[in-house]
Amino acid sequence: MKIHEYQAKKILREFGVTTPQGIACFSVEEAMDAAGKLGGGVWVVKAQIHAGGRGKGGGVKVAKSLDEVKQFAGKILGMTLITHQTGSQGQVVRRLLIEQGAEIRQEFYVGLVVDRGSRRVCLMASSEGGMDIEEVAARTPEKIHKIFIDPITGLSAYDADDIVRKAGFPESVAEEARTVLQGLYRTFDSTDASLVEINPLILTADDHVVALDAKMNFDDNALFRHPEIAALRDLDEEDPAEIEASQYDLSYISLDGNIGCLVNGAGLAMATMDIIKLYGGNPANFLDVGGGATTEKVTEAFKLMLRNPKLQAILVNIFGGIMKCDVIAEGVVAAAREVKLSVPLVVRLEGTNVDLGKRILAESGLPIISAGNMADAAQKAVKAAGPAKASTTEGGI
Amino acid sequence: MAILINRNTRVMTQGITGKTGQFHTRMCRDYADGKNCFVAGVNPKKAGEDLEGIPVYATVREAKQATGATVSVIYVPPPFAAAAIDEAVDAELDLVVCITEGIPVRDMLRTCHKMRERKTRLIGPNCPGIITPDEIKIGIMPGYIHKKGRIGVVSRSGTLTYEAVAQLMEQGLGQSTCIGIGGDPVNGLKHLDVMKLFNDDDETDAVLMVGEIGGSDEEDCARWVRDNMKKPVVGFIAGVTAPPGRRMGHAGAVISGGKGTAQEKLAVMEACGIKTTHNPAEMGKLLKSVLLKPG
Repeated sequence: MKIHEYQAKKILREFGVTTPQGIACFSVEEAMDAAGKLGGGVWVVKAQIHAGGRGKGGGVKVAKSLDEVKQFAGKILGMTLITHQTGSQGQVVRRLLIEQGAEIRQEFYVGLVVDRGSRRVCLMASSEGGMDIEEVAARTPEKIHKIFIDPITGLSAYDADDIVRKAGFPESVAEEARTVLQGLYRTFDSTDASLVEINPLILTADDHVVALDAKMNFDDNALFRHPEIAALRDLDEEDPAEIEASQYDLSYISLDGNIGCLVNGAGLAMATMDIIKLYGGNPANFLDVGGGATTEKVTEAFKLMLRNPKLQAILVNIFGGIMKCDVIAEGVVAAAREVKLSVPLVVRLEGTNVDLGKRILAESGLPIISAGNMADAAQKAVKAAGPAKASTTEGGI
Repeated sequence: MAILINRNTRVMTQGITGKTGQFHTRMCRDYADGKNCFVAGVNPKKAGEDLEGIPVYATVREAKQATGATVSVIYVPPPFAAAAIDEAVDAELDLVVCITEGIPVRDMLRTCHKMRERKTRLIGPNCPGIITPDEIKIGIMPGYIHKKGRIGVVSRSGTLTYEAVAQLMEQGLGQSTCIGIGGDPVNGLKHLDVMKLFNDDDETDAVLMVGEIGGSDEEDCARWVRDNMKKPVVGFIAGVTAPPGRRMGHAGAVISGGKGTAQEKLAVMEACGIKTTHNPAEMGKLLKSVLLKPG
């Protein structure tokens, strides 16, 4: 799960990490009030969306007067921000963060992620703050310093000091930088985060180490023990189809193509998307109905896919194991009847009770195109979908 | 003698009294020699009871002492599953197969840390389990689709593994052992660990490895295969069409920071001498083709 910058900063402050003073706002009036309350002569008006690259997209502005705060807040609130992480459709800005301006002497990068190879949390620090860290990693990997943290002892003072030195923090703030890094690790560990990224972590003109930006993601599997974090979820930032899918315990991701896929199992679902592409088609979604698909779940899955205006065919690919093919076939037939299927439906069944499943489909009287294997199914679905319709939604830039 | 498990393996079920644990313990008991293999269950609150004749013990240690079981399979719910693994490790079992999906990553980081320099091997979590066909299955895969043979299968997913097995069967190829190592980012045995076991196994002639986006396990394994493997290996990677930054069902199936793409994995595997296919319908055929090669 992702949260907004202002929410992440609030969490960080609870763990002793300094951030600029700021107030989250939902309107221009609130933004004006916030700037007045914060005082000072320089404010930063920051769009709050879940994607990165906000600055380049015009979502972050420095205001040198209350008039400018008003002007920038008015401009950014409600704008559709397009960044390299939002996709071409962009993301509408509904929240702002108004912060006191900070005088930057030096910029650093600090990130924490789970390193799968070492099975530890990896803290990365670099002197190349403010830059795209993936670019730094590609061009000058020697400027990224890493430490793999022992989950029992945590980030020791010794290891923190070592990385502070390597990243090039001046001696005068070494102790404060150590405290910040340890605070970041404790935040990561205590909240079951999957990502903490501070870019930039700055050295201010008056010699303090401050998190100027903050990005936090969390492990969905651990949200059950962090209700206060789960409450920060912002549904406006998520795809409505994916939200609806999650209510039925379906794993669904919207894609750009025109062939809907309904599959059991994540690996097989990905492979089904791949084979559609291989035969010249384009998948409209990833959809894993899971191991215990009921008629209700399959029906909801069909409804979800059919709501996509680009949809021109559906491919159902089921390998029945514990879940029997006849049960799935009954679900497919019931769903197809209930939703009044408007596009061709290709079904490939394999595994437990496959013959019974196929007979149920054949005897249903529905115009279901049956396929013998994955390749056959993909070819039939691509053919049935035909060339993609011209897009009816307005495109990006 | 296949790898890790055979008809002489004795297994206990942790979480035997839950709905899933009961159902799958029955299915496993009814498969091949399962009646002799599944000898115990564990539930601290139901010690002294039994599941259709399989006795339930309070702890893993007690179950091991009473029955000689050295392997456990875990169906415990996610908030308690890592602790269940810890208990099995403390009891010095040889192998733990954790089926449970949805364990917090932080729990697995701590559990994996505790497992260092211990004898216990872990398969999973979030996996279908392991099967040595016509002898024993430990997990949730449909047993009947398998047949004893000489091909090893290692995979990160469930149904895609069944698909791979079905394709092998179409080519008339049975399996020595099939292992689903699971779809989580932090797990036990990795492709590489399983590949080493297959390399040393007299009953395995070739290996089919099925991977997916995320992490670099497949690349690590490929490099080891290039330098050490005595047997042919073929592979498929799911997720060529997966968008970056999105988790594709499995918690571990995500391209992050441009790393872990299917294209990158396939390229490394090819460069290391592993024949790959971009077509998930041709995994079986591809494996067959390397067996037919003269010499």
